[in-house]
Amino acid sequence: MFIDFFLSLRKAGVPVSLKEYLALVEAMEKEVASYNVDDFYYLGRATLVKDERNLDKYDRVFGHVFKGLEPPPDGEVAEIPEEWLRKMAEAVLTPEEKAQIEAMGGWEKLMEELRKRLAEQTGRHQGGSKWIGTAGTSPYGAYGYNPEGVRIGQDGNRNNRAVKVWDKREFRNLDDQVELGTRNIKVALRRLRRFAREGAAVELDLPDTIRSTAHNGGWLDLKMVPERHNTVKVLMFFDVGGSMSPHVRTCEELFSAARTEFKHLEFFYFHNCPYDAVWRDNRRRFDETMPTWDVLHTYPHDYKLIFVGDASMSPYEITVPGGSVEYWNEESGEVWMRRMTQTYPKAVWLNPVPKRHWPYTPSIGMLGELMEGRMFPLTLEGLDDAMRELSR
Amino acid sequence: MKFSGTDSYVATEDLMVAVNAAVTLERPLLVKGEPGTGKTILAHEIAKALERPLIEWHIKSTTKAQQGLYEYDAVSRLRDSQLGDERVHEIANYIVPGKLWASFESETRPVLLIDEIDKADIEFPNDLLLELDRMEFYVYETQQRIEARHRPIVIITSNNEKELPDAFLRRCFFHYIRFPDRETMEAIVEVHFPGIKRQLLREALNAFYEIREVPGLKKKPSTSELLDWLKLLLAEDVPPDALRTRDSKELIPPLHGALLKNEQDVHLFERLAFMARREQRGN
Repeated sequence: MFIDFFLSLRKAGVPVSLKEYLALVEAMEKEVASYNVDDFYYLGRATLVKDERNLDKYDRVFGHVFKGLEPPPDGEVAEIPEEWLRKMAEAVLTPEEKAQIEAMGGWEKLMEELRKRLAEQTGRHQGGSKWIGTAGTSPYGAYGYNPEGVRIGQDGNRNNRAVKVWDKREFRNLDDQVELGTRNIKVALRRLRRFAREGAAVELDLPDTIRSTAHNGGWLDLKMVPERHNTVKVLMFFDVGGSMSPHVRTCEELFSAARTEFKHLEFFYFHNCPYDAVWRDNRRRFDETMPTWDVLHTYPHDYKLIFVGDASMSPYEITVPGGSVEYWNEESGEVWMRRMTQTYPKAVWLNPVPKRHWPYTPSIGMLGELMEGRMFPLTLEGLDDAMRELSR
Repeated sequence: MKFSGTDSYVATEDLMVAVNAAVTLERPLLVKGEPGTGKTILAHEIAKALERPLIEWHIKSTTKAQQGLYEYDAVSRLRDSQLGDERVHEIANYIVPGKLWASFESETRPVLLIDEIDKADIEFPNDLLLELDRMEFYVYETQQRIEARHRPIVIITSNNEKELPDAFLRRCFFHYIRFPDRETMEAIVEVHFPGIKRQLLREALNAFYEIREVPGLKKKPSTSELLDWLKLLLAEDVPPDALRTRDSKELIPPLHGALLKNEQDVHLFERLAFMARREQRGN
């Protein structure tokens, strides 16, 4: 019963297990859904999907398995029915554009070309003159091809109860493919825990109380100790702007995980390479900077230093004074890097660029050398290794 | 025994199926959704609809799983031994049952609400796996096995601040409370303010959904905020015309404090409304 459905869900990347499948079967047996396809859809959703990000995948698979509507596409690109394109194109095109299309070989040629390009296209494109997308000069763009993915064979009357709920796919914007969830990051960061008792004495210390009571000739003598806290202290430096933009999400997740995990967390931003000033607030980065010297003097040596950055820049930005792209730095990035790693012996660099791409960027190699090989990719494995390195 | 909403709670069809599945199969129901869409209220309403006692366990960042089972009050036992109290010989006198134990002991099948489970430590859900699965646990101090007389209906809410472990999720049913569409919203308002003036409601909902559409809001107003706002509008007896922001001199709706909860959002909204008005004049 529903084995195909179950397997299709797994294939589509919804993490369903046997236990959940059995729960669904059990629920069907107890007639929770009472032979109504809508109810069955809801029941399956409540049983098999445990994360709102997967709801859209579930909708797609459900539509496919139970109606044979459409296969869940790998990317966001679906085949566009010809009539639909024609209709759209006719509504939008100006006479000149129509003439251009005639010159290209007429409608048939155009459709053929369009299909071909759709098949080649794997992601969303903006601008450019060949790919289909928005704001481009490609003739296809003008037809209102929707880069968010095209739905076929449905009229989208949402108020009509007859429209199947799963075809509405209302959860699509919740779908996402974050591999490095905050939970995973936190679990990795936990390696860096070092518990110590400090602060107000609020916990009863049972062994000491017993010892002390016995010592007191049986008269109760309560002993309290402070609660255990994670006392690891962390300094984090985030690279912002420019080439870091594609990695913002990962960095945000890392940051939020670190923030809840470490009580003593200080963070600063820099651009490309740390020089004589860093800042805490990106909106005021030009008027509220903090001299790096002050950072080195403020936080003691037992802080652990974590850089987060793609380390991708011109080599001059590291080696030459005045190499910074933003302002005149008196001393080179290299000098500052040495200074910082000397002040904080426990230091790592986390790099969101995939490790296999590292050799293609010379500056990554240079910074890796400055970090004495302690550069790790910002993946779970890399994070794990980095934390191990820090807690050694 | 089917749950189908109450006279003070509008349940969508998918929510009803999820609740009924959890009730029938005796498994916990995990409810997520935007803040203010009625996650916590759901447990209250289920208890009311099915006429079950409700046991609430509110989770804080310091809550430990063990506290839900029981706590051993060693300090009062020590004190009693000092004072020569007879109670001291019976260790059971110092076992303080937690919420989960209370729900296991209940005469009838209760509803147990575990509210905001994501507030607790990351290992919290893992520590409750067995207890929620088998609905039993062991008290080491008294060598006693506590089994649920009736498996409680467990409703767990989460605000998504932490991700929950897979092993825990597998044992639950899951429902994501979507933000209600207009129709549902009207039904919800009707339940809370029966006989509200149609026109006022229409204008209010217009304004409300318009605000929700504004891109870049830090905190979108939700159902509970809409209900608060309507309450204020009714109390102040605001005429429906005043809500038509486009025509009036006021750029943002009256009593907006109930809807927009931070200063940046109010500023953003003012700016957008100002721009929209200028555009309109230009046309």
